[in-house]
Amino acid sequence: MAEVFVYVDSAGKLAAEMLTMARPLGEVSAVIVSEPGDSAEAVAQAAEYGASKVYLAEVAGVGDYFMVPKADVVTELFKEHAPSAVLLPSTSEGKAVAAYLAVSTGNGLLTDVSALDAEGQATQEIFAGASVSTSKVTKGVPIVTVKANSLAAEPSSSTPEQVAVEASISESAKKVAVVEKVEEPKGDRPDLTEAGVVVSGGRGVGSAEQFKLIEDVADALGGAVGASRAATDAGYYPHKFQVGQTGTTVSPQLYVAAGISGAIQHRAGMQTSRTIVAVNKDADAPIFSLADYGVVGDLFKVLPQLLENVEARK
Amino acid sequence: MNIVVLVKQVPDSGLERQLTEDLTVDRDGSNNVIGELDEHAIEAALQLQADHGGEVTILTVGPDSATETIRKSLAMGADKAVHVEDERIAGSCAMSTSKVLAAALKKLEWDLVISGAESTDSGMGVMPYLLAAHTGAAAATGARKIDKTDEGLTIEHQTDNGYQVLKTSTPAIVSVWDTINTPRYPSLKGIMAAKRKPLESWDLDDIEVDASEVGTDAATTAVVSATKRPPREAGKVVTDEGEGGKDLADFLASEKFI
Repeated sequence: MAEVFVYVDSAGKLAAEMLTMARPLGEVSAVIVSEPGDSAEAVAQAAEYGASKVYLAEVAGVGDYFMVPKADVVTELFKEHAPSAVLLPSTSEGKAVAAYLAVSTGNGLLTDVSALDAEGQATQEIFAGASVSTSKVTKGVPIVTVKANSLAAEPSSSTPEQVAVEASISESAKKVAVVEKVEEPKGDRPDLTEAGVVVSGGRGVGSAEQFKLIEDVADALGGAVGASRAATDAGYYPHKFQVGQTGTTVSPQLYVAAGISGAIQHRAGMQTSRTIVAVNKDADAPIFSLADYGVVGDLFKVLPQLLENVEARK
Repeated sequence: MNIVVLVKQVPDSGLERQLTEDLTVDRDGSNNVIGELDEHAIEAALQLQADHGGEVTILTVGPDSATETIRKSLAMGADKAVHVEDERIAGSCAMSTSKVLAAALKKLEWDLVISGAESTDSGMGVMPYLLAAHTGAAAATGARKIDKTDEGLTIEHQTDNGYQVLKTSTPAIVSVWDTINTPRYPSLKGIMAAKRKPLESWDLDDIEVDASEVGTDAATTAVVSATKRPPREAGKVVTDEGEGGKDLADFLASEKFI
């Protein structure tokens, strides 16, 4: 059976989804490149989700340079083992590694793929979900980056053969140095791109203080917090939580839009969500045209009552 | 410091967009505009130029209609523009497009290339890496800040949960997010001046790219089919008369979210 590479940049939900997506395509080899001692979680996850093999490159200093050292390791492994496809996460690291790999091996590249079949046909949402396209790589093997939340991850326990990969960092990979990494406190909420539930607030929330209500609803539903561009531009919530064309595209099981009118710029970032719920005072707000359930009303009355009822059911 | 800004004309993301019958982006039937993040790239270049001097050149690959986009870029304050325009390029994949851009960059003098972090049409976000691979320049992507120092450049690369500080020498290719700045509006004076700024048009022969490397035939990927997603049907809308929150909880429970 053909060998399929799954590049894991970090253990987590998207890695589990990629490993699940790759299993029907062939023997799955997880490719992990990390600083020494940083890979235990990813290795364990590869076994939990059915990898046959784990290529583990623990390279001291790999995180001190931007992207290229990791791409070089994957490129070498690709040349050595000639996999029939490579799946990478649609994260900034996954896309970087995919791009360098595609250019240095002459293979076609597809990004933000939500499904991939054994013939190498990939499904993508295009124009912010307005159309669905099927594409294929016509030169070489498919190198695809996988969008989060594209399928349900299913565990399949295995005992992968672990292959230690020797690698060093070449001078040409040292052009961009990472001199500082600043992680802002993430809190207990799931990542916006990976969350199964997203609760977003818009201009109607009215102030940064009042966004606490949006956070409370997100916490009650076990979801992430998002914000419309109007809300981030007004300074109600940090820009990195913006859902929309110029922010993050989300596709959760449940999307709750509170005080969001539903400008096209916002809809582009959330319209492929499975179930959409909207709360807005304006009965004519465009968001209601795509909501599965809408409440016309004051979000400061509706959401607290929702919270009470959610708590009562727990 | 000489800067080249990559600008792409895209269909307006605020309007309906689609593929044509040959499964390429419909650029005739839609209102074409400058890519939203490209405006931030131009602004970043103009700010660096104001502090450090040098020239700002706009580089675009696209059909004749892309001239509008170029004029707007020049109106914002860029010094000159190069428009790579050749029918043989139509239908090129990202790989081929990167070869065209790299060949054009080879003919220009630059220390820094700035682009948007991704386009609003295909949105792949991989071009800086592809160009870095072709040109040998450094690539640093997703910047929310670019500073020129004596040694080179210091860049804040935006991550999902914070940022990383990157240092690189030039030549470098840097892409930017909209957090980096607020683009200026072209002034009337800028719009008038843009009409007199140098705009060169190059074809494949000018940049010494063989036609066999571009276009539909050379593409490494192909769209097999595309279907418009049916519009979402509006569901149930209730008006809150004191029970709206409870009704919503009932709905979420019926869908097993609580």
